[in-house]
Amino acid sequence: MLFSIGCLPAPGTPRTAAASGPHPYGETNEPASATATLGTWAPLPTAPWRIGRPSSKDHPNSRADAPTILLQNARILLGNGGELARGHVLLEKGRIASIGEGPGDPPKGAEVIDANGKTITPGFVDTHSHMGVYPMPSAHAHEDGNELSAPLSAGARTVDAIWPFDPAFERAVAGGTTTVQVLPGSANLIGGRATTIKLHPASTGAELVFPGAPYGLKMACGENPKRVHGREKKGAPATRMGNLTLQRGAFLKARRHIEQWDAWRATESERRASFDRKVADLAKKQGGLADARAACGNHPSERCLARAEDKHPTPVLEPFEPRLPPERDLDSETLAGALEGSLLVHVHCYRSDDMGSMLALSDEVGFKVASFHHALEAYKIRDELTRRGIAVSTWADWFGFKLEAYDGIPENLALVHAAGGSAVVHTDSSEGVRRLNQEASKGMWSGRNAGIQITEAEAIRWVTENPAKALGVDRWVGTLEVGKDADVVVWGGNPFSVYGRAELVFVDGILRHDLKNPPKRSWSDFEVKP
Amino acid sequence: MKRRQMLGLVGVGALLLAGDALGQERKPAAKKPTGPAEQPSPKRLAIVGATLHRTGAEPLADAVIVIENGRIVSIGTDRGAAANATTLDVRGKLVTGGLIDPLTRVGVTEVDLEAQGRDDAFTGERAIAAGFAVADGYDPVSPIVAITRREGLTSVGVIPVSGLVTGQSAWADLAGELPDKALGSRSLALHVLFDDFQLGSGPVNHATAFYLLRELFDDANIFRAKRGDFEKRQLRSLAASRLDLDVVTRVLEGKLPVVFHADRAADISNVITFAKTYKLRAIIASAAEGWKVAGELAAAKIPAIVYPLDEGPRDLVARGAREDNAALLVKAGVSVALSSGESHNARKLRQVAGNAVRAGLPHTAALDALTDAPARIFGLEGYGSPKEKRVANLAVWSGDPLELSSRCEHLIIRGRQVSLASRQTALLEKYR
Repeated sequence: MLFSIGCLPAPGTPRTAAASGPHPYGETNEPASATATLGTWAPLPTAPWRIGRPSSKDHPNSRADAPTILLQNARILLGNGGELARGHVLLEKGRIASIGEGPGDPPKGAEVIDANGKTITPGFVDTHSHMGVYPMPSAHAHEDGNELSAPLSAGARTVDAIWPFDPAFERAVAGGTTTVQVLPGSANLIGGRATTIKLHPASTGAELVFPGAPYGLKMACGENPKRVHGREKKGAPATRMGNLTLQRGAFLKARRHIEQWDAWRATESERRASFDRKVADLAKKQGGLADARAACGNHPSERCLARAEDKHPTPVLEPFEPRLPPERDLDSETLAGALEGSLLVHVHCYRSDDMGSMLALSDEVGFKVASFHHALEAYKIRDELTRRGIAVSTWADWFGFKLEAYDGIPENLALVHAAGGSAVVHTDSSEGVRRLNQEASKGMWSGRNAGIQITEAEAIRWVTENPAKALGVDRWVGTLEVGKDADVVVWGGNPFSVYGRAELVFVDGILRHDLKNPPKRSWSDFEVKP
Repeated sequence: MKRRQMLGLVGVGALLLAGDALGQERKPAAKKPTGPAEQPSPKRLAIVGATLHRTGAEPLADAVIVIENGRIVSIGTDRGAAANATTLDVRGKLVTGGLIDPLTRVGVTEVDLEAQGRDDAFTGERAIAAGFAVADGYDPVSPIVAITRREGLTSVGVIPVSGLVTGQSAWADLAGELPDKALGSRSLALHVLFDDFQLGSGPVNHATAFYLLRELFDDANIFRAKRGDFEKRQLRSLAASRLDLDVVTRVLEGKLPVVFHADRAADISNVITFAKTYKLRAIIASAAEGWKVAGELAAAKIPAIVYPLDEGPRDLVARGAREDNAALLVKAGVSVALSSGESHNARKLRQVAGNAVRAGLPHTAALDALTDAPARIFGLEGYGSPKEKRVANLAVWSGDPLELSSRCEHLIIRGRQVSLASRQTALLEKYR
């Protein structure tokens, strides 16, 4: 892969053999096709975590064939805190083409659905799901969410393990949920990369990936890592001290990995420049020789030529030997992405003090916590969480199943909301995800009963806009706005009533749930019927 | 946290409870239960003005319910009946019997993942622990009790959850500071758990379960017939200990119902046959596929306690769980109670029932399932939907008890109004 010269290559001769062979810098995410010519170098490989996902800048409309549908005469909860008393939504090519008060104008060929007496909301977003990695039916063979072999597994990715035939997916859609983040479990201090998915029928996990959504990074505080690795496996960590020590070490190592990459790129850049200078010098010297030889006349004597060569010795240029970049380190690369903000950090944490320790760590090593999950004691530090802009993903009323969950109160969501924070209802459950509306309702009513005024239009944000923001996908989902994905739910009755039910659910403009016309075939092959 | 079955079992390792957990069979609680000491008890309490909803009667508007010595003495609309009584005026509200979750671990599980405060299981490694009585470990002042009360529950069934024959459940009223002030029955039913129990190194399958059960019940019959020989050691060895056999004897004599926790239609069908063979007062619990054998259950007069949030192939055994399970069972004529199967979240019972109604269960059947059916199913006299002479366990609601927007405003347990404060409300007050 090195070009070898004893003399200067002819212009245009490839400096590298990269066009047909492996990339000179080893395996990277960079396309290995660059061919440098004289005066041009193949770009130095970018640090892998800085490349981003192939579609990170784009959100292709893969549902351009979705039908044109006008939903009209419905009460509409927009997802951003606003509400239309009697409005319309136009779905076109998988996007929202129009929304507003009044019946709307159906374009030619549009299907018009009268949603009089119904409520329309955005499709719900669940920030905390293990569907696909702990799928139904529960079985040992289906335990794919915790890479228990070590407490630090930042490089693990749920996208590699999602079983698209989890029967829970279809049921989640029937409950009005259209986007979910599939996280690794909380047995590990750093569980790995979480994947945000759109709920469609699929045969591979990759098909479910929400185009453009950033990866999440799942971390865990408190009891789970120390119980699983310390008490059950007699390893590390065994205490909360150990938790933080290992997490701190992992981030500092990632910091070092970033420095190694930056140093390598700087050094390699300088070596290239130095080589270019040598090449220029060589050319100059070779020009001098040519001139001296020319000065020997048209019929030069041997002596003259020998003297010219003595005076202008042919320089020998050592071949350029690219140095390999730092060895790939999937864990550190993931954490480097978190440090530089391209991955969003979601931390499973119950107690206020655990959240405080995590915030101290994030300040020290330099990452931002996007959200705390579970966060049953968020109400104790709600002002601090609000000040830092950290979302609080939690349940309406779970508590007590372990000691760190002992102080959970049903008013947690409402208190965070009232403090101006970003309250999010999450499920952590393939059963709960079918009833996110009920969970939001319980949270709202717990608040109201405690004297905290919360409108339905505000409370619906807990399962729409707020989680979409927490996952970094609010440009596309979470509210009903022109240009956003047509993820739309039509509710029979009020979604805040226990009797309310999703009647129609559109995902990317495609009708994926129709209460009155259930599909003849289930999405999951596990449920095929003879 | 993954919800497993309706017992709310979480992935908890071996329990390491100290001490002797062998249950002693006890006599049922005194006939006149005494109330909690939380508030001074008026001699006569009248709840006046609400609309009363109860099993087997039309809603009674502007009801006057008079309570004396912990029992309901009259239900009517005559305000005169409230004379000489302390009056709780609840005009415009709804009143129902206090809600009852028949299958919980309230009071025997403080924190799931801590062995301390867990009294929900026999701590030895045995398939059969019929003598184990969860009442012996019940803590009536567990903070979970007050938290559960806040959602309108006045009583719970407390069940043992480890082994095949896991032991005897208890009936607890959610008040009183000592067990004898709270327990309505120390031996409510015997429980048999088909799934989720381990023996030695691995789980026991259903066929093995029936084999062990048959041996136990056959030997209990011999024990019953030849008790004298047993005491003189003139009997071959039997499949269980003396106390276990004592309890199974009561089951065989029809004095104690037995709750079979089973989900698969095939298992439920086998339970029906088993119950017929041994003439048992059987109850089916969990019963995810109960709807498939609803007719058979109705014909055998076997009631069911179900968890209506299950739907779909939960595991390889219960593949046919349906959300309208309760509705289909009731329609077939089965007596149905609902349960959360929980410990800390037993308070979610009314949401559970609301979902059953959403799936087709008539509202009146749902209220019956939460108030009267549990007492009826266990044959616990003196409890159930409000009636004269029954224990005065009542809840006053701001609206439809099954609706998320409603709240329990007053709770009466054993004739006394109890506080709705809990450590959760205390935390709220501290941090609000």
